[in-house]
Amino acid sequence: MSATSPFRRAGLVGPALLVVLILVGVPLSIMAWVSLLGRGATIGVDWQSAPSFANYTKLIWEEDFDGTLLFNPTYLSILWRSVWQAAATTVICVSLGLPVALWMSSLSRGARDIAVLLITIPFWTNLLVRNYAWLIILREDGAVSRAADAIWPFGPVQLLYNDAAILIGLVYSFLPFMILPIYAGFEKFDWRLLEAAYDLGANRRRALTRVIVPLAMPGMIAGSMLVFIPSLGSFVTAAILGGGKSMMLGNLIQLQFGQSRNWPFGAAISVVLLALMMLVLMGIAIWKNRQEPKR
Amino acid sequence: MTTTPSAITVQSVSKSFGRGDAAIRVLQDVSVEIGAREFFTLLGPSGCGKTTLLRLIAGFEDLDSGSILIEGAQIDHLPPFQRPVNTVFQSYALFPHLTVAQNVAFALEMQNLSVADVRRRAGEALEMVRMGAFANRKPSELSGGQQQRVALARALAPRPKVLLLDEPLSALDLKLRKEMQIELKQLQTEAGITFVFVTHDQEEALTLSDRIAVMQGGCILQLGTPRAIYERPAHRFVADFIGEINLLDGQVSGPGKVRLDCGVEIAAAAEQATGARVTVAIRPERASLAQGGMLPAVVTHAAYLGTASILQLRLANGTPFLLRAATANLPEIGAQVSLDLPPEALQVFAA
Repeated sequence: MSATSPFRRAGLVGPALLVVLILVGVPLSIMAWVSLLGRGATIGVDWQSAPSFANYTKLIWEEDFDGTLLFNPTYLSILWRSVWQAAATTVICVSLGLPVALWMSSLSRGARDIAVLLITIPFWTNLLVRNYAWLIILREDGAVSRAADAIWPFGPVQLLYNDAAILIGLVYSFLPFMILPIYAGFEKFDWRLLEAAYDLGANRRRALTRVIVPLAMPGMIAGSMLVFIPSLGSFVTAAILGGGKSMMLGNLIQLQFGQSRNWPFGAAISVVLLALMMLVLMGIAIWKNRQEPKR
Repeated sequence: MTTTPSAITVQSVSKSFGRGDAAIRVLQDVSVEIGAREFFTLLGPSGCGKTTLLRLIAGFEDLDSGSILIEGAQIDHLPPFQRPVNTVFQSYALFPHLTVAQNVAFALEMQNLSVADVRRRAGEALEMVRMGAFANRKPSELSGGQQQRVALARALAPRPKVLLLDEPLSALDLKLRKEMQIELKQLQTEAGITFVFVTHDQEEALTLSDRIAVMQGGCILQLGTPRAIYERPAHRFVADFIGEINLLDGQVSGPGKVRLDCGVEIAAAAEQATGARVTVAIRPERASLAQGGMLPAVVTHAAYLGTASILQLRLANGTPFLLRAATANLPEIGAQVSLDLPPEALQVFAA
């Protein structure tokens, strides 16, 4: 490659940096700033108020009438439930996505394209509509519900308006984001490696754990990030399939900006959510670095 | 009759790919016995079924009919991981996520050996191919020849009864290939196990093998030592495929006589009836230039090879003829020469 002058380099990288700065940096800064302000009387934020961390302490402590701080687990439990739901969604998506991606890559060229098409088709419909569709599928005297009742011996099965329903909805919504990156990795997979593993004495299970899973790891990590992060912030599924009964972090934020008109508190929760996601990303980056030490 | 069982017995094995009318028969009733510690080569052009036969022995394909035995025990119903054979793949198929040492240790770990045993035997296998210094590298950091060595060490580490090699040298350049041929032969002697080697390179087959099976169209055309295959080819195809040979079409004109299409009648031991169309074959080094030889020809090209020269000649009817001749007293290009074809050097095949 020829040497690039600093001027030319700035010209090439500059526009991209500018876009990121304006479209990501500025809004995030505004959000962080708002999270330090007080609640306004009309528009949700009082720009004149003195900045403080009150909105953050409110997440953990509640001010009693006499001014003492009491531990309030409400928000922490919502946070915990969100993380737990997102993690469960990710784990289920990995365990469903890996076999599907593996199966897809074993198909013929034409069949592969059709499979990719089938997996991406749901994206053509709005997420809201798809969640309402699940409402019909899982409703009390629907086919799925009746089938479940027939199999399950311990009384009627409640499929809707609970954590299980949210989990089903989240897995359904984000599964393609897991399948596609894993499949992209397998598409170039050299099937001779699998033959080599068999040849060297590995049975199916050990060929899977020793060869296929390690080689699918980059796709699984990419897929996990694509599933975990939006699951953590999602609110549509919890609102519709959860029946608004069990609140997730996304719903809480939406509530603050909507009905509650408490933008600063919503912004504070958003910052916490963002920090949480950053932590996850950093954790993955550190873990990946340790897996492949620099040579 | 030998009392020890053959290393590999292939009994009337057939294999087709596809179904119904679209099915292609890749192997047709193939039978072969491969002896213990033999360097056995399956030689043939692409699509002759040699790789399929190897993959059937390895267990990557299921056979349609017939059976495969290793040291007298039937193995064709076993999955690949239960067969006492290991494969060196054409593309090496080294695990990209594992180091050289981990690659070589893979099969040993699958045998649930102790950590110390795995380490010791993987180290031994790597030393055998002189790759000990590269134990901690990843396959992507190795050259083609080094990857080849690691693939060999990986397949030899579990001490298989038979090593299957699927065109292992085809990805290497000529010089490296020659070196690896010698090493492969030494390795086989050292390890003392049976090698089944697949190649389309007849020179490689002649250099390495104890015995060669020449395959075409899913059948073994001829099975024998390199010398027998080269000097006494049983088929026109074998004669043409192994080494260089001149094929001259003609007609049997009488007992022990063939009239070539260029008009010359030569003495050749033809078993065919008079009037039958035949092909007379002779190796370039078996013909010679001779004053008053029976076959007239014109020199069209000469290539100097050091120890000898290759002359390209043309017969009266335009048929090209290759001749390997001593470098002294080479005729000029365009010169009229005459050739001597000794009857014992000629082979006659039905056309």
